[in-house]
Amino acid sequence: MPAQLSEAIAAPTGMTGAQRERAAKLRRFLGDPLGVFGFVLVLLIVLSAIFAHVLTPYEPAAIDVKVRLAEPSFEHWVGTDQLGRDVLTRVLYGGRIALEVAAICISVSLAGGLVLGMLAGYGPRWLDSTLILIFDAVRSFPTIMFALAVVTLVGPSLETIELVIIVTSIPGYARIVRTQTLSLKTNEFILAERALGANMARVLGVHVMPNIIGPLMILASMDVPVVVTIEAGLSFLGLGVRPPTPSWGSILNDGYAFIRNTPWLVIAGGVPLIITTLGFTFLGEALRDIFDPKLRRAT
Amino acid sequence: MDHVLSIRNLTIDFDTPRGRVHALRDVSLEVPHRKIVGIVGESGCGKSTLISAALGLLASNGTVRGGEVLFEGKDILKMSQTDLRSIRGERISMVFQDPMTSLNPVLSVAQLMTDIQYRHLKRKPDEKRARAIEMLRQVGIPDPEQRIDHYPFQFSGGMRQRIAIAMALITNPSLLIADEPTTALDVTLEAQIIHLLRELHGSKFQSSIAFVSHNLGLIAEMCDEVVVMYAGEVIEQGSVRDLFHRPSHPYTQALLTCDPARIKKATRELPTIPGDVPNLIDLPQGCVFRPRCPKAFEPCGKTPPRPAAVAAGHEARCFLLAP
Repeated sequence: MPAQLSEAIAAPTGMTGAQRERAAKLRRFLGDPLGVFGFVLVLLIVLSAIFAHVLTPYEPAAIDVKVRLAEPSFEHWVGTDQLGRDVLTRVLYGGRIALEVAAICISVSLAGGLVLGMLAGYGPRWLDSTLILIFDAVRSFPTIMFALAVVTLVGPSLETIELVIIVTSIPGYARIVRTQTLSLKTNEFILAERALGANMARVLGVHVMPNIIGPLMILASMDVPVVVTIEAGLSFLGLGVRPPTPSWGSILNDGYAFIRNTPWLVIAGGVPLIITTLGFTFLGEALRDIFDPKLRRAT
Repeated sequence: MDHVLSIRNLTIDFDTPRGRVHALRDVSLEVPHRKIVGIVGESGCGKSTLISAALGLLASNGTVRGGEVLFEGKDILKMSQTDLRSIRGERISMVFQDPMTSLNPVLSVAQLMTDIQYRHLKRKPDEKRARAIEMLRQVGIPDPEQRIDHYPFQFSGGMRQRIAIAMALITNPSLLIADEPTTALDVTLEAQIIHLLRELHGSKFQSSIAFVSHNLGLIAEMCDEVVVMYAGEVIEQGSVRDLFHRPSHPYTQALLTCDPARIKKATRELPTIPGDVPNLIDLPQGCVFRPRCPKAFEPCGKTPPRPAAVAAGHEARCFLLAP
């Protein structure tokens, strides 16, 4: 490819192969406007959640009955809810909850899926069959129904939602990891490593994992909106975070009752969900295009 | 210990949906200390099975029916997985056929070569790196200090095979198994790799080499001893000089007449051995080569022939030699 060749030649000679590779990837990412847009949206959501306490003078749970259901104004940019709480503040703090849930759930289920998937793919046949049976059983439950059942049993809380999301999303990761491991397993370099004395942990950790972690990270990025939406959905149904802790789902639920007269409540709960979904999806797609050139659309 | 590897009467079956494949039958061979032994045979004659058995990496449907694989006097077939792993890569190393697939594509050469020294816990990371660079220099990678940070795909096939050899020799093993290490390379590279192996073998590395190939020319050039395999049996073995000058089994003779490099007259039709390799599930009675053998006579169809001596250290399984 002449473009890559010129890139390689243009790169400063002091760089090592790995650095040059990284520089080329960065350049390809910057050449993708949707990806950069997605990255900006993600940055916006993440920074606004981290700096929520700096960005707003109000407390998310501070009730001010004098200004119940106030319209958007200079004091309250997105108005207030039925208890007079500043909606923008609640949205910003709600982002913290959403991202916290996403970060915890995705990292735990990614790690769990990675380990279980590699074991299923590389381990003995009986372990594979057992794990696949469990994954399929878990995946056959609709997430919301499963969540309803668990919440009824142990009561609603943030931890309950996280547990439900982790349990239901591990099989998805694990199946992909398993398939990748199965196809890698027969590769000659795995056999070569075994012939040079590597044990199972070393084969999986040093040689299989780096080969599958890239696509998996992209999948994880695309899964952030899914997890955020599930959390919002459960909180909307009142199964998630307990009031007065703000969540985008509970903001939507609060606003839902007053949708005819004060639509800004519902809009305020919905817009961040849209931004998150778009941002992470665009970012994930751009990353996928960079790391897996085979899937790239013909240009 | 004069033999690094000695395989005695090894018999291995594979259970497949179509039936039991008798992959190796009564195979005996020796790899003496500091020698290069060539193992030659057609595809499917059991070369790979033999190698897997020598490394204790037999596929799960394979069963050892009998015999032993003695490495430095200890039976590999009876060793625990932990003991086996401590031998692999440390005492026995291997170079694979296709250098395009035998190196992990997502790790740099530096990562691959420092990781492989994981057993040397006391060695510091920069010492491991220095050792890796030193090995790369010895296998003839130009500018190893810079090249070590490159990824496998940034090397050509010949260079990758050199890297694979460097990885195999980094622990100075006593046995190096080379499984058709030049089949995937073109002819000039083939010659370079062969010379490299000879040179390394002649200089500081103490390894014996088991060199698997189907190229008779390479075997003649590389090896001290030759083992000819056919349909899961060793049919002839001896020193290179003796075996190439006095091939005694009809199969070895046929192989040698079929080698294009040995044909003197111009011809439009290359000679072949008529017939097919026998089905390893349902073996012919008597000698395995009988259905294709031009010299088959009455006793061949009854019992399998025993190895018969041709000269000192040279034997063949044929009734012509010992009726």
